[in-house]
Amino acid sequence: MTFARRLKESIAVNTIRFSALFLALIMAIIILFLAVNGIGAISWDFLTQSPREAMTKGGIFPAILGTFYLTAGAIIVAFPLGVATAIFLQEYALEGRIVRIIRFGVNNLAGVPSVVFGLFGLAVFVVFMKFGSSILSGSLTLAFLILPVLIGAAEEALKSVPQTYREASLALGATKWQTISRVVLPAALPGMLTGSILGIGRAAGETAPIMFTAAAFFTTKLPKSIFDEVMALPYHIYVLATAGTHIEQTRPIQYGTALVLIILVLGLNGLAIIIRTRIRRRQHR
Amino acid sequence: MNAMDSSFKIQAQDVSFYYGNTQALENISLDVQTNHVTALIGPSGCGKSTFLRILNRMNDIIPGIRVEGKIVLDGVDIYDRNADIVEIRRRVGMVFQKPNPFPKTIFNNIAYGLQINGYKNRSDVHMRVEQSLKDAALWDEVKDRLDDSALGLSGGQQQRLCIARALAIEPEVVLMDEPASALDPIATQKIEDLIIKLKEKYTIIIVTHNMQQAARVSDITAFFYLGKLIEVDKTEKIFTNPKLKQTEDYITGRFG
Repeated sequence: MTFARRLKESIAVNTIRFSALFLALIMAIIILFLAVNGIGAISWDFLTQSPREAMTKGGIFPAILGTFYLTAGAIIVAFPLGVATAIFLQEYALEGRIVRIIRFGVNNLAGVPSVVFGLFGLAVFVVFMKFGSSILSGSLTLAFLILPVLIGAAEEALKSVPQTYREASLALGATKWQTISRVVLPAALPGMLTGSILGIGRAAGETAPIMFTAAAFFTTKLPKSIFDEVMALPYHIYVLATAGTHIEQTRPIQYGTALVLIILVLGLNGLAIIIRTRIRRRQHR
Repeated sequence: MNAMDSSFKIQAQDVSFYYGNTQALENISLDVQTNHVTALIGPSGCGKSTFLRILNRMNDIIPGIRVEGKIVLDGVDIYDRNADIVEIRRRVGMVFQKPNPFPKTIFNNIAYGLQINGYKNRSDVHMRVEQSLKDAALWDEVKDRLDDSALGLSGGQQQRLCIARALAIEPEVVLMDEPASALDPIATQKIEDLIIKLKEKYTIIIVTHNMQQAARVSDITAFFYLGKLIEVDKTEKIFTNPKLKQTEDYITGRFG
């Protein structure tokens, strides 16, 4: 190899490596920053108590629970819908006008600002369908927000299932649906769960979509049904940081809440990864 | 139908095949004898695999294809408008070029075909799984690990599993698309022994690039070239005394 070629090779490799490391570094800085600033606020009471004294004291348990419910609700609604759409697009629909229209819709959905989803949820679920500001309205709104991510991931997962599996199944006299439900879907499920991980992160972290549809400024009441309003972590941070009368005083609580949010998202991701690994292991046995 | 036809399991009558505007097969007529092994030979791209996949309507999954002519299975045209594709594929099984077991256990790889075809009784399924593994000469190697993943088997074992999977649902015809091309000589030998044994129960059509293999396992050999069926005859005749020079050139390795 000439010196020039070797130099180019080395520059290319190092640029790529640096980009990857840089990303990891940013991630580490964010978490470290939150950990340093927020760890002081976290205690058993902080995690298990309701806020007190105009949210300057006490804990954030209602918000943790609220975010958990909203995120779980969003995934429960969006996962089957996203998988069904992906199956239609990948397995059944022939490339044509209908598919183009659906893809156009999905892609545009992905580009809609989250506050618009919030207003849409307010108009449709809260007002028109009379669900009120509730877990149900918030979950449905978040579900639509994360739907494009889930559809995309589910489509990729279906594409990665070898065509030979489909052929083998069809050649045994299986119908198309038998082939999809019993061969293709089980093989694609781990990939689909990876997509839902991205959806979880997105749903848990969004503020604007739940602002008008689910999140309460302050409530010590824990939700008893899906028609109840809840507090939520991102909205709680937003409220403490902008709308309170004690913004400076509650800084540690804000960081503590952000830290809890990040840990909750990482925890939910971890759960999805564990489920995915289990499924893979079961398949390969 | 005249009396002669009962010895023919499948009759291709003037079959042409198109991918979009490209014609891949031209007026193929071929009678496949019951309980015989018919080998399809010819250079790459000659249409032999395409022809094979016409016989169980496997090409249907490719968009933009067109089939002309008739494929008659036991007197009924499988390309008839009212034909039941799922039932045709159950009766005409297929083994693919690359072993393609499902990412399931060894047992479930075979039970799958039974279950989708309506076998519910568990002991019945067990019995048939065992029988088809025995028929595929794989039982002794896997009987103690039926619940292990099929993906952990060797290539040769995987291919015999795929054969067992095809046999379990009791097809009448078994199509094999270069079933040993991805295997080592020992595994190939096992597959070939198996093919010869299986023709007692099944009608077998095999695509192969391996001349010796065609000579060893088949009763009838059909030579395809550029989308046409050039010559078909008893295997020994094709390999010792072919009618056409083109066939002779191919089997003696002068082109192809």
